[in-house]
Amino acid sequence: MLGLNKKDTTFLLIVIALTIATPIILQPFAEGSELAQFNGGYPDLMQKIAIFGIFAVGFNILFGLTGYLSFGHAAFLGIGSYAAVWMMKLLTMNVIPAILLAMIVSGLFAAAIGYVSLRRSGIYFSILTLAFAQMSYKMAYSVLTPLTNGETGLQLSLDDPRILDGAMEGTSLPVTNIFGIAMNSSYKLEALGRVFTFNVGFYFCALIAIIAFYVAIRLFRSPFGMMLRAVKSNQQRMTYTGLDPKPYTLAAFVISGMYAGLAGGLLAAMDPLAGADRMLWTASGEVVIMTILGGAGTLMGPVLGAGVIKYLENIFSKINETVLHGWFHWLPDGIEDVVIWVFARFTGEGWHLTLGVTFMLVVTFLPGGLVEGLKRISTRIKHGSQKRDKYDDPDPEHRPEASKHVA
Amino acid sequence: MSNIDLTRRRVLKTGAVAGAGLALPTIFTSGAHAFTNEPMGGSVTLGFNVPQSGPYADEGADELRAFQLAVEHLNGMGDGGMLNTFSSKALEGNGILGKKVEFVTGDTQTKSDAARASAKSMIEKDGAIMISGGSSSGVAVAVQGLCQEAGVIFMAGLTHSNDTTGKDKKANGFRHFFNAYMSGAALAPVLAARYGTDRNAYHLTADYTWGWTQEESIAAATEALGWNTVNKVRTPLGAGDFSSYITPVLQTDADVLILNHYGGDMVNSLTNAVQFGLRDKMVNNKNFEIVVPLFSRLMARGAGENIQGILGSTNWHWSLQDEGSKAFVKSFGTKYGFPPSQAAHTCYVQTLLYADAVARAGSFNPCAVAEALEGYEFDGLGNGKTLYRADDHQCFKDVLVVRGKENPTSEFDLLEVVEVTPASQVTYAPDHPMFAGGALGACNAG
Repeated sequence: MLGLNKKDTTFLLIVIALTIATPIILQPFAEGSELAQFNGGYPDLMQKIAIFGIFAVGFNILFGLTGYLSFGHAAFLGIGSYAAVWMMKLLTMNVIPAILLAMIVSGLFAAAIGYVSLRRSGIYFSILTLAFAQMSYKMAYSVLTPLTNGETGLQLSLDDPRILDGAMEGTSLPVTNIFGIAMNSSYKLEALGRVFTFNVGFYFCALIAIIAFYVAIRLFRSPFGMMLRAVKSNQQRMTYTGLDPKPYTLAAFVISGMYAGLAGGLLAAMDPLAGADRMLWTASGEVVIMTILGGAGTLMGPVLGAGVIKYLENIFSKINETVLHGWFHWLPDGIEDVVIWVFARFTGEGWHLTLGVTFMLVVTFLPGGLVEGLKRISTRIKHGSQKRDKYDDPDPEHRPEASKHVA
Repeated sequence: MSNIDLTRRRVLKTGAVAGAGLALPTIFTSGAHAFTNEPMGGSVTLGFNVPQSGPYADEGADELRAFQLAVEHLNGMGDGGMLNTFSSKALEGNGILGKKVEFVTGDTQTKSDAARASAKSMIEKDGAIMISGGSSSGVAVAVQGLCQEAGVIFMAGLTHSNDTTGKDKKANGFRHFFNAYMSGAALAPVLAARYGTDRNAYHLTADYTWGWTQEESIAAATEALGWNTVNKVRTPLGAGDFSSYITPVLQTDADVLILNHYGGDMVNSLTNAVQFGLRDKMVNNKNFEIVVPLFSRLMARGAGENIQGILGSTNWHWSLQDEGSKAFVKSFGTKYGFPPSQAAHTCYVQTLLYADAVARAGSFNPCAVAEALEGYEFDGLGNGKTLYRADDHQCFKDVLVVRGKENPTSEFDLLEVVEVTPASQVTYAPDHPMFAGGALGACNAG
């Protein structure tokens, strides 16, 4: 279907089904129960997972296929957000033009930055992209203040022109919409003691995420994708055979920059504000962590990684000492204090520690990321826990090992 | 094959959802509520969004303590604190309108993005009916905009920029804290009396909304005295080392350095300035002076003895001797073992004011609450008689001019009050040029 082979079609259909059912999957615990704290089925988190999924899938096109590790992808995310908010200020609150402009502008920036950075590879490339991203961040923060509104962030205001929307009715700020359907409108369904929120914004993001995912599958399977893999496995050999890797890497860089711009535009479409913090190097690092945590070079990995990180960030950071007190109040006083102290290091503002530990464990024991973990589990289920010995070779054809991630 | 698969899945999916919908009678859309997050059960949830990491983490931690204390007092636990001295008696210590007060917390990280995400999850996931807190004007402006869109009340915490109730004011947002204009208006006469009217001032300014308006306000106030402004230099937030900004000061004929910095930035820039010997310098036959327009005790502690003798302004100080302040310091001190900061004070007061407005309005509806707060006059919350002005949702009250104490008796006794500037002297017209350009808009109930 749609130019995909049977396996990929099934895969895509599973992804579509999972996306549609996200509001239900992320709301597993009954309202009012002790575990309701861990429910994640509210619009903001679901939107973030879809958006950062797109961001990570795009990043993976560059990093997973060509092995070029960009440490400055957040710059394109930020540029996309600024472009989108400006479109909403000047033209219309409909999100379509905003998202298109976001992709175009970030694509142009990616072409310029990529053209310079791709003259080097490996660690030098990473440092160059990092430098460009920090430069963009600093500029958005200081000299470009008239364009970016500095630290406060670019916001909508009542006296923006919005020429396509016509005269403003009322005195409150307009909301982002798609042909009149507000992004923040939701349908709430109360069933089985749970409240499921079906949000327009989320389904819009989900639709775009699925399209982005489909394009990524096609890219992965295309001859172009094969060229990118060739860049990763041995660029020198590729040059010797008479192929110039530059156009391929630059194209990959621009595509992945446009994915980031798309994600940035969507962020602004869900919440019309663009802050310089989006371009900070920690934000660039986050997408690297998402991709590696989920599994670089795989299709599903980056989306999984984005989901896990956004979930940890939003759910674990909200568990404060009062909540912990509620959980452990049955323990004797002295022990309770100790237990709460220990847990408090990993929750609330300490959620970074939880993320760090998870990342470390995954990288140590599952070098292929969470996807490898899932694969191992499915093999275990298919083949049972039968022991392998040296005579029971899992790879009788002795295929070469997968190449390392960083070029 | 795959096409059949697709339709079957879709059919099953739709069937399951529709079935669940039909089988259970309790379906409602968001339209069933009169306003966003209308409290239905026996409790009401407030959202406290404070910086738990980043340059203002100290202030955030103190704000959170104050919020916890306020919730305790609202629920009738503890000694009641300022509820006993508050001029309004609408609150009875049984929660708000008989509903027990619960709260959720979040980390703003002093970043607009993170703060909005955290406030959003409080509103969407936890059903918070009011958001409070914050320790940066950039964050306050961003979160205030979000609350306006979502239809909940925003009770600003520590935010000193003119913009919060100036060009970025919103109908759903309220600020108890004073602002940069008030600092300038209160400080200027004291500066004139102590340092004379013939001075050359050099400004170092934190490069964001608060810094800009602080610089504008204090420059306008000092220029009105006859001072000359030599230069205004913007420094990035969280710069760490300010020596490269201090050295150029020595090359000019400036004899006053005005540090429009807050929190960790101010601690660092002041320490650098003292290390470069600025305070021992004589310029134009006058002693070189340093002024810090916005002071807090937490900053004074960070700066150590460098702060001694330096003038600044503050919203509130724990050594005040009115009944309200004494009651608050006592219950805060009993619970945590040290006196509260001005950030803690304003957050505690904002929570009480919100609860009181709900009680007086008899409803949690943000529009009713806003109406109850607008033009409301109260007393007994530590700043004397205070007015919540209806035009811009800004509180008008006395401003304290303080000075770093020469001989501190304890690690908390670092500031002494030089003068209490009466509210009338710091009041300005709602359409003052420094506050122009924005509109409250209409209140939004979601």
